[in-house]
Amino acid sequence: MSERTLPLVFINLGGEMLYILDQRLHALNTSDDNSEKGVWSENDRKKVMNDIVGTMFGKDFMDELLKPQQLYSHRTMKTVLTRLAHASIMRLNPASMDRLYELMVMAFKYQVLLCPRPKDLLLITYNHIDTIREFVKDTPVVGNKVDETHRKIIEIYSSLPEGEFQLLRQTLLIFFQDMHIRVSLFLKNQLQNPNGRFALSTSGPVPYGMDVPGLIRTFDRKGREVRRSEFPTGGSYTSPIRKGCFELHGDRVIRLGMNMYTVNHPEETHTSKTDDTPNLLAKEELNLLARLMGSMKADDMPKTETGFQINLFTTDQEEEEEAEASSGAEEPLFGVINIQAMQDEQAATQLAQIAGQFAEGEEQPENLSSSKGDDLLAMMDDL
Amino acid sequence: MYHKEKSIQVKNSASALYNNLGVLRIAPRHLTYFTVVHANVVNMVSASWDGLNYSHRQLQSKEPNVATSTSLIMQAAFCPLPSRDLLVVTSQKGIQMYESDGSIMVYWHALDTPETPTAQAVFARGISAVRESYICVGVSSGAILVFDVPIKGSNITLSEVLKEHKESITDIAPECSGQPGMECIADLVSADDGGNLYVDCIILWKGTVVAGYGTGQIHLYEAVTGILHAEINAHARWIYSLDIAPFSGLLLSAAEDSLVRVWHLTMTPETNSVEVAHLHNECVTDTQICGAKFCDGDGYAFAVTGYDLSEIIRYTQS
Repeated sequence: MSERTLPLVFINLGGEMLYILDQRLHALNTSDDNSEKGVWSENDRKKVMNDIVGTMFGKDFMDELLKPQQLYSHRTMKTVLTRLAHASIMRLNPASMDRLYELMVMAFKYQVLLCPRPKDLLLITYNHIDTIREFVKDTPVVGNKVDETHRKIIEIYSSLPEGEFQLLRQTLLIFFQDMHIRVSLFLKNQLQNPNGRFALSTSGPVPYGMDVPGLIRTFDRKGREVRRSEFPTGGSYTSPIRKGCFELHGDRVIRLGMNMYTVNHPEETHTSKTDDTPNLLAKEELNLLARLMGSMKADDMPKTETGFQINLFTTDQEEEEEAEASSGAEEPLFGVINIQAMQDEQAATQLAQIAGQFAEGEEQPENLSSSKGDDLLAMMDDL
Repeated sequence: MYHKEKSIQVKNSASALYNNLGVLRIAPRHLTYFTVVHANVVNMVSASWDGLNYSHRQLQSKEPNVATSTSLIMQAAFCPLPSRDLLVVTSQKGIQMYESDGSIMVYWHALDTPETPTAQAVFARGISAVRESYICVGVSSGAILVFDVPIKGSNITLSEVLKEHKESITDIAPECSGQPGMECIADLVSADDGGNLYVDCIILWKGTVVAGYGTGQIHLYEAVTGILHAEINAHARWIYSLDIAPFSGLLLSAAEDSLVRVWHLTMTPETNSVEVAHLHNECVTDTQICGAKFCDGDGYAFAVTGYDLSEIIRYTQS
């Protein structure tokens, strides 16, 4: 289908990842558990953000994404996003990365689904870019990379016809199909139903450029209106929203894509599965990934850890225990979050080694995804 | 006017594609076939009219003799011709034609795909049976391929390529007045991607073009002259499906706004005018509808599919 999805997917998913990481890293300092060996200072947080944003918006990386190509599989996407996160001094364990990915994808799915007009996908992307710019505003070098990428996106996408955007959107919707993971923030705000499906309203303003439904106009052969009648719409629609700004800076009007996570409510970044049947193949893949990452750490890390391993979310085991405790209640499980973040300078230099292990060890049943992701992964090794 | 019946469960959920529901009524066998596209698979259900028997089949879009490569399907539609009914499936790679029960593939046409991906996506979309023996399929380049279909067998040939459009074809429709032998001035109407008003669904009935737009509007035009008869602010989001019941003039429209609407078109040949009246609404809660079709020529029943839904919802007149 559309060959232009990848840059938008990365910027939007990457943006969601940064929102969540930002919230989590802030939450670390408010944690009651004083057993952590170190503390994430404001500078540490900024460094993590700068490192990830700098990599994500790096010229080579972006140029690779901007080439027309098919969308990656979820597995490849998750691998590349994990590498992005690890471009900083932070380390995420596989369970954390899984949860993080689920949150990112469900947030983006929501935004794409509710996008008023297909072209507004750009406004959603620009909302993410605007906030990312804020995160790195103290580091002009990185800020310039963001601006440069933003300009490229404007240049390439602005002139696409509406039909192309709808094709893009339809391609993204296939990518998100059948994902109904419940997110506590969405459930709380009633954007998502308990069965995991998003709430679609039949009231409110219509998108920019559309007319409020309810009117039938009949014309004569000379084009003069001869009759008007109204019909009941079954909804309550109001006049269109204003046009958002598609330039480098400006009021986007649409709020989809803005940062919905606040610093004070860490439970917002919780997910829970509606479907309890484990995907055995996925488990095997994760075990392999964990072994690859774990083996590197076991070999090379000193036994007495000076840093913290990121465990952003409750693990599957902890969730099961809680499930027993709460006697199979339908609501999502809010566990205590063990935020343990790993600050390990050594890890950065080992990235290349780990990357090498990934390329050899990762199973590749899909020939397509391995070739698509390889160029990108190879490039990240050089960073 | 209509009430909901028992839904038909489908093996996969429907993808967000235009006109993502195919319906073929097999009167002699008291069966109706339904097709719903999910990514690279067509889900077929054969439902008996007494509601007791359902059988399922899945078709994949792949080149014959090539085991691994599958591609995303854009559309699956039935093409009823006087001599036979075919199921046509279009994808990024090409066009497949099957016997109407999906049992045998009778024809494969590969699209020219460039070696390295270009900015312009390549796919086929827009399917229609025309006159006695032709099937027309639109292509992303704007061309319409015209296939000549023999009464039986697999000797289908590409007989012509129409190159009127410059943009991607979105939908094609035949003249479907339902009156055999009627003098048709226009045989076929096609719509494309270009322009500010994006047409994604189109119908041709008794010389009137009914077009569904991305703006949620439905326009009625006189086919031969292009004169606008009527303009309806029908939906609050992109229209995904239009269908007409040719014997009764009932029109069905469905959109991403979760609503299916039933209208009635009346022609007055003396004055060459068309009237449209709104009859009924159905709301499929929290669902972006991607397919809606009448199950019979009178519009007595219709069926609906929605993105991420694994069922075909049915409604029957009360």
